Amino acid sequence: MSSSKQALAHAASADAAPGDQPGAAGRAHGRGTPPEPGPDSWRSRLYRWDMKASPYAFIAPFFIVFGAFSLVPLLYTAWYSLHNVQLSNLDGQTWTGLDNYQNLLSSDFFWNALWNTFTIGVISTVPQLLMAIGLAHLLNYKLRGSTVWRVVMLTPYATSVAAATLVFVLLYSWDGGMINWLLEFVGIDPVNWRESDWGSQFAVSSIVIWRWTGYNALIYLAAMQAIPADLYESAAIDGASRWQQFLHVTIPQLRPTILFTVVVSTIGATQLFGEPLLFGGVSGSKGGSEHQYQTLGLYMYDQGWIIGNLGKASAIAWSMFLILLIVAVIQLLVSRRLRKSQ
Amino acid sequence: MRTSTRGSRRLVALAAAAALTTGLLAGCAEDSDDGSPNEGGGNGGGGKTTLTVGTFGTFGYKQAGLYDEYMKLHPDISIKENVTTRTDVYWPKVLTRLQAGSGADDIQAIEIMNVTEAVQTQADKFVDLGKEVDKSQWLGWKNAQATTKDGKLIGLGTDVGPMAICYRKDLFEKAGLETDRTKLAAQWKGDWGKYVDLGKEYMKKAPSGTKFVDSASSVYNAALGGAAERYYKDDGTVDWDKSQGVKDAWDVAMDVATSDMSAKLKQFDKPWDQGYANGTFATVACPAWMIGYILEKSGDSGKGKWDVAAAPTAANWGGSFIGVPTSGKHQKEAIALAKWLTAPEQQAKVFAKQASFPSTPSAYPTLKPAAATTEYFSNAPITQIFSDSAKTIPSQYFGIKDQAINTALTDIGILQVEQKGKTPDQGWDAASKEIKDVLGQ
Repeated sequence: MSSSKQALAHAASADAAPGDQPGAAGRAHGRGTPPEPGPDSWRSRLYRWDMKASPYAFIAPFFIVFGAFSLVPLLYTAWYSLHNVQLSNLDGQTWTGLDNYQNLLSSDFFWNALWNTFTIGVISTVPQLLMAIGLAHLLNYKLRGSTVWRVVMLTPYATSVAAATLVFVLLYSWDGGMINWLLEFVGIDPVNWRESDWGSQFAVSSIVIWRWTGYNALIYLAAMQAIPADLYESAAIDGASRWQQFLHVTIPQLRPTILFTVVVSTIGATQLFGEPLLFGGVSGSKGGSEHQYQTLGLYMYDQGWIIGNLGKASAIAWSMFLILLIVAVIQLLVSRRLRKSQ
Repeated sequence: MRTSTRGSRRLVALAAAAALTTGLLAGCAEDSDDGSPNEGGGNGGGGKTTLTVGTFGTFGYKQAGLYDEYMKLHPDISIKENVTTRTDVYWPKVLTRLQAGSGADDIQAIEIMNVTEAVQTQADKFVDLGKEVDKSQWLGWKNAQATTKDGKLIGLGTDVGPMAICYRKDLFEKAGLETDRTKLAAQWKGDWGKYVDLGKEYMKKAPSGTKFVDSASSVYNAALGGAAERYYKDDGTVDWDKSQGVKDAWDVAMDVATSDMSAKLKQFDKPWDQGYANGTFATVACPAWMIGYILEKSGDSGKGKWDVAAAPTAANWGGSFIGVPTSGKHQKEAIALAKWLTAPEQQAKVFAKQASFPSTPSAYPTLKPAAATTEYFSNAPITQIFSDSAKTIPSQYFGIKDQAINTALTDIGILQVEQKGKTPDQGWDAASKEIKDVLGQ
């Protein structure tokens, strides 16, 4: 902040300078010939240096932190993934080339985890974003105490995964959980939420939905409020109902935001870890007795820290990274297509 | 709508701030359970030496007031305990810190399932405690588990888990079964199959909403704890699929899983705790440390209803060691503390507090459970029952991947049969597939 003020001050003095010195020399000076030696030139050199270097200095912290905690581990993980590394013998790694990757491609557990990640991702992301848009639309009306509603929506997001998941574990408890109690009330047999195939995926997804719907709704709400009111006015004049306005004004205007939330949710879904781990309780990294909700994140954790095969875990980590890259490319293509069609 | 742009900006800022703070908070929270081990490395204020003790679960040292007592005896020492609740989180962390040569606590606890891995791969990271203590104080098999091939003792035995059966007298009575602990012990003596037979008897007249046992896995673990061979041969080669001990324990567990006598709970899970509180199962395989667990989870509702009988076979389940990493800056002080904590007198104090059973036989005659414990368990002579079991436990060899194999059998194989209605053969196949993956075969 202070340097931009300085820059403004300098700019003001530079503007004033030519007026003070009449004649061609003064003008030439103003056009950037080397300034005369003196306190003024020292200041302007400092100023130029400031202009050039400060932006880098300002963004440097991010890149230093990113390098130390993301880039280096990323590359190190790639190196690990080409070795046989055991947790109990970190220094005794041996080169195995692409064995770890080959091992993954031929492992049922890997494909199962990939498929689970996909299905849980779909079950959790689609309803979540649909509900978020609906909620945002409701909140966009004039409401009494709108701030209260908005804060309430963000509360689940501010809750820790562990606390939320523990509550959900009790709700979904097979024996005496509230959800089964409600089902029984309606006359449906109790479901073994943790061990059934779809039940467990649904349960894990519901935790994700609960935590992230409000967050996405707020993002949509912010975007909705940036939509110019005259669009709605002219739509209203054309006789569009509220629903038609939502469909033909709000949704098209939200397109970039929707794309953004889809990307962020996809990344989140690919990395899904905390909810299924804690939902599983003891040996939760297995994701159920048949690995029915073992996501890629859990599979990686299980291989690396429970079984102790860090080389293979690194290969899983890199596979996840590659999958995300592919998703990013698809997203890029889709967004280009959208922009062209507009 | 003009004004709302500002509002929306504020919203975005709010969302961003929330995202950042939760991220930061989460970052802090992740580390809080293990504290900051490096803190203990230096000298605390006032020239005091701070020793850190890394443990998991509930070791009971703090609860029994041992740290306070030691600090009173040694005013220049202050002790800080870093507890990680779950062993599956605790042990990987210890492994990486030991190998990094920094960050380990001055004293580090080792669970029995991990001790072979420590002996075979981390022996050079631990101080040889064999020269520091009189080894004959401990049960022979306990020392053997923490001793390397060249005779180095990397950890001192803390507790052991001699087996008994804890049962609900009141439920047994309602089901029309024998309630006397010596007669019951005689009924199932020598064979876990007889215990399961009694379970079938119980289920015929079971009080509504109750089952005979908490889970098939607990019976499996108890039965395996008394077998001569677990998953590995004594020479360290893996033999899980041919081991007679595994086969017998598996058969008993399958008998439990397929005959509707199990409450189908997963041990150490929240619903399991609730099962204790609500009294939904009548018996549980009861290594000594389980006594403390029942006291806590079953609470007032179980007072005077629980009783303890000798198990079908002498068996061990669980127990730990404490070792001194060579990376510590205060090894001399740490060794002294470790010796003191595992001495028979101190082990007896932990037993009095939470019934963790000593690994030093000389403590057995002096053991006295808290009056409240005795009363809670219908005045059962628990000291007698556990001492008898402890003295006859077979010496078992634990393999390097013992824990991962055990998890595959209980939480994959048995769980599939018990909760997903798979056949025993399907369960066994699923477990084998998992174990092959674990062993990298």
